[in-house]
Amino acid sequence: MAGFPYFPHTDADVRSMLNRIGVKKVEDLYADVPKEFIKKGAYALPDAMSEPEVRAWLNGLAGMNAKMKVFAGAGAYDHYTPSVIPYITSRSEFLTAYTPYQCEISQGTLRYIFEYQSMVCELTGMDISNASLYDGPTAAAEAMKMTVACTKKKTRVLLSKGLLPHVVKVVETYAKFHGVQVGYIPVADGQTSLEALQAELEAGDVAGVIVPEINRFGIVENHAGFADAIHAAKALLVEYCDPSTLAVIKSPAEWGADIAVGDGQSLGIPLCFGGPYVGFMGVKKEYMRKMPGRIVGQTTDKDGKRAFVLTLQAREQHIKREKATSNICSNESLMALWVTVYLSLMGPEGLREVNKLSSDGAHYLKNELLATGKFEDPFPGKPFLKEFVLKPSKHPGLVQNDLEKAGFFAALETEEGYVSFCVTEQRTKEEIDQLVNIVKEG
Amino acid sequence: MSKIVEGLKYSESHEWVKVEDGVAFIGVSDFAQKEMGDITYVDMPDVDDEVTAGEEFGALESVKAASDLISPVSGKVVAVNEELDDAPEKVNEDAYENWIIQVEMSDPSELDALMDAEAYKAHIGE
Amino acid sequence: MKYYDKLVFELSQKGRVGYSLPANRFPAAPELPVELRREASLDLPEVSEADVVRHYTNLSQMNFGVDTGFYPLGSCTMKYNPKINEEVAALPGFTGLHPLMHAGLTKGALKVYQDMNNFLAAITGLYAFTFDPCAGAHGELTGLMVMRQYHMMRGDLKRTKVIVPDSAHGTNPASAAVCGLEIVEVKSLENGRVDVEALKPLLDDTVAGMMMTNPNTLGLFETQIKEITELVHGIGGLMYYDGANMNPLMGVVRPGDMGFDIMHLNLHKTFSTPHGGGGPGSGPVGVAEHLVDCLPDLRVSGFHGNFGVILRAYAYILMLGKQNLKKVGQYSVLSANYIKECLKDAYKLPIEGVCKHEFVFDGLINDGAHDDVHGATTLDVAKRLLDFGFHAPTIYFPLLFHQALMIEPTETESKETIDAFIDVMHKIAAEAAEDPRILQEAPHGAPIGRPDETAAARNPILKFKDAQ
Repeated sequence: MAGFPYFPHTDADVRSMLNRIGVKKVEDLYADVPKEFIKKGAYALPDAMSEPEVRAWLNGLAGMNAKMKVFAGAGAYDHYTPSVIPYITSRSEFLTAYTPYQCEISQGTLRYIFEYQSMVCELTGMDISNASLYDGPTAAAEAMKMTVACTKKKTRVLLSKGLLPHVVKVVETYAKFHGVQVGYIPVADGQTSLEALQAELEAGDVAGVIVPEINRFGIVENHAGFADAIHAAKALLVEYCDPSTLAVIKSPAEWGADIAVGDGQSLGIPLCFGGPYVGFMGVKKEYMRKMPGRIVGQTTDKDGKRAFVLTLQAREQHIKREKATSNICSNESLMALWVTVYLSLMGPEGLREVNKLSSDGAHYLKNELLATGKFEDPFPGKPFLKEFVLKPSKHPGLVQNDLEKAGFFAALETEEGYVSFCVTEQRTKEEIDQLVNIVKEG
Repeated sequence: MSKIVEGLKYSESHEWVKVEDGVAFIGVSDFAQKEMGDITYVDMPDVDDEVTAGEEFGALESVKAASDLISPVSGKVVAVNEELDDAPEKVNEDAYENWIIQVEMSDPSELDALMDAEAYKAHIGE
Repeated sequence: MKYYDKLVFELSQKGRVGYSLPANRFPAAPELPVELRREASLDLPEVSEADVVRHYTNLSQMNFGVDTGFYPLGSCTMKYNPKINEEVAALPGFTGLHPLMHAGLTKGALKVYQDMNNFLAAITGLYAFTFDPCAGAHGELTGLMVMRQYHMMRGDLKRTKVIVPDSAHGTNPASAAVCGLEIVEVKSLENGRVDVEALKPLLDDTVAGMMMTNPNTLGLFETQIKEITELVHGIGGLMYYDGANMNPLMGVVRPGDMGFDIMHLNLHKTFSTPHGGGGPGSGPVGVAEHLVDCLPDLRVSGFHGNFGVILRAYAYILMLGKQNLKKVGQYSVLSANYIKECLKDAYKLPIEGVCKHEFVFDGLINDGAHDDVHGATTLDVAKRLLDFGFHAPTIYFPLLFHQALMIEPTETESKETIDAFIDVMHKIAAEAAEDPRILQEAPHGAPIGRPDETAAARNPILKFKDAQ
């Protein structure tokens, strides 16, 4: 058989290495494995493919997926990715490094994580950020655990019914096994109800409350009074947010949040069928020692040069083991770089412009759709940015179907029977007009 | 050789107790601070928290390690040494001058189960 | 490597931009109500595109990756990351898929999941996989949820303990605790294996199961695995396999055949996807047939896991095929044993005998210590290696030895590279014997010298504004 590109061993190499070890054949190195466990017969795998065959096969599979104009959001947004980002993130020195354990030769990774932490703090207004978590929903789950760890002995966490369903699901799963009870706060008139929240807080035993800055109807929520009520009950306020929108709407810190979490995907990360994305978390300083995940800090080396290191490690699983707040080890470092490069390129102005373009486009689409007479606005006058819901006069599934046939992925159905639309800066006026025409004709 | 102060009571997990006016001052021994190396953080309970003999009430942290603090007595925390929040290195500098918490004991007889200086010296093998 | 001292914030000049967006052709939307608008400042950098590219290129040059040089980091399986993986994962037909698109729109992506399920089942001997977990520790947590779910579904609520060997990865006890399980540690024998006699008294009907790594973190195969799985199954517990050490078993031994009921794989270790400086990874969890019903309720990440990582691993398995799978395991074991035999004259080998893909030394045999001089430690050896263009092994883990130095070469390194590493390790040992200060002051040629980590922890500076 011909050689294989990932194995450099020649026959002569193998012979000489076996000689040095003092065994006759490679199989002898498994002599300590009980014979019955050595796999007999072939593995049920396909024959090895050459690189051109793998390329052709995967191009074929990629071609089997539909190519759609994305007018859907619900936690994954089709924002633009500047060409610089994949160029930088595919540099081998970043891509093929491990977690920066040897800080002397990992200053590249450590510096961008420090920059990332600084940017998360800037966007959220919080004091401290970690080096990233898996995704938004798991970041919310980590926040849930953290509120329990910070409030001692309390076992109940409240979730707004305005949170996206995939966030709720993940928090519920973690809570079930972590011994945390989940309560829910209903949405009234398009926003998480402060009155219902107060009633739940009075029932007692609440460690934390998770509410969305922008809820699953796309409405920008007003959280005036939330932090006061929650802090009076000695619980923690967790704001779940879309970081891209924080350039224009109130930051979690401005609402008085103790913890801010969300998904960094909206900061230039491709949709990619749901991952890899990146979860972020910012916290108030007093909760620093309960924060999960890696944290990078600045210090100096023995000659006084500025240097960056993994720090506050005594919080983490490899030291605290079963007493650690979290079991997280690998996170989403490269996606944190992705976000850091994005925010460097966009700056405050770029981010505001993205919001303006998306919001103007979304409002235009909403008005045009309402003008068809085929929808009702369930939340008239409520403020939104890039995402909104409408109540269709015909079955929601049919609206989605009509659009899908014309190459639009849009009109996702909510549990209330609304359909949701999302417009980013990538959607053109022509595309929007085309979508509206299909609706008119349908 | 670690410093051991006469007249204090010691636990197997290297905490010391000094009783003044019925209040137990609790810290860690010189041996314990040496074992930890540079202490970077002292995790302490809140005032009014209850502590139980033999159970953890906080932790010492260094860059690469964390070690639980085990309470030698039971009772209510009446003071914590807030100076250690900003200057945990004080425990390294003098482990006996820098107490960590003060406890109003609920059962002073628990002190009888602790070691005196001589027994503690034997315990750490010095 | 040269030292470059900028942060992107320090390059910022008001008015510079690094982006290009389409002209706005829409009527202006109504402004947000004042009470919802951000009032806080937003001090993100303002830099040009070229500034950004040069800055991050300079940062990258202070970094060491598998593509830079040999990376024998034990337990991390830092094998070569094939470039075809990157190419296929970047295809727009995959990256453009919205996660909520239904099956009819995502036939190619679903085929990847379906094939991967079959491939991983064939490789591990387990029955079905969930691809939701995004990393190894995430997989462990999910696997333990399966374990608890299984007992809950049978109405057996008293099983709250999980047994973990004292040599386990730190994530094992942490994952168990997050999952609401109580950890019971079982000791290792002198020969590094689980002490079966010490295990027996721990087993009763409150045990949900046992987590094991095989080969264990010392790189040693748990020879009594059959007895262990029979004992745990005998009291109604489940066996969990930590797949961090799966590499040496590739194509040779299947965890399912050894009696494991649940396992996770680290696609970013065993299946060649790049580690990215600490993720994204992927930690699919496999279960035996009798546990399939426990999977559906467990939603542990937002959508379908890290699809981009799964794609890379898929390309790798297609390249390997059934013909090359076994070579992964065999060559990784061959290289590890070769290094061990070549270096045990200079480094303490606490446990003799054949190892699997990795092994652990307990520091230098002659560390150069004498009356007035401290000897060189494992940390010093690690730092000195950096001067010779090698990444350091994993150090001070497992905790069973005080000077642990854990070496894992993987199957993708040539004999020349390995021999060069062995030469350097001998040279370092000779330096230590002669003058340990050379090691203690290392690294000498890295972008920075050893940092003050105590100061970093005592007075945390965790963002740009803290430093100003």
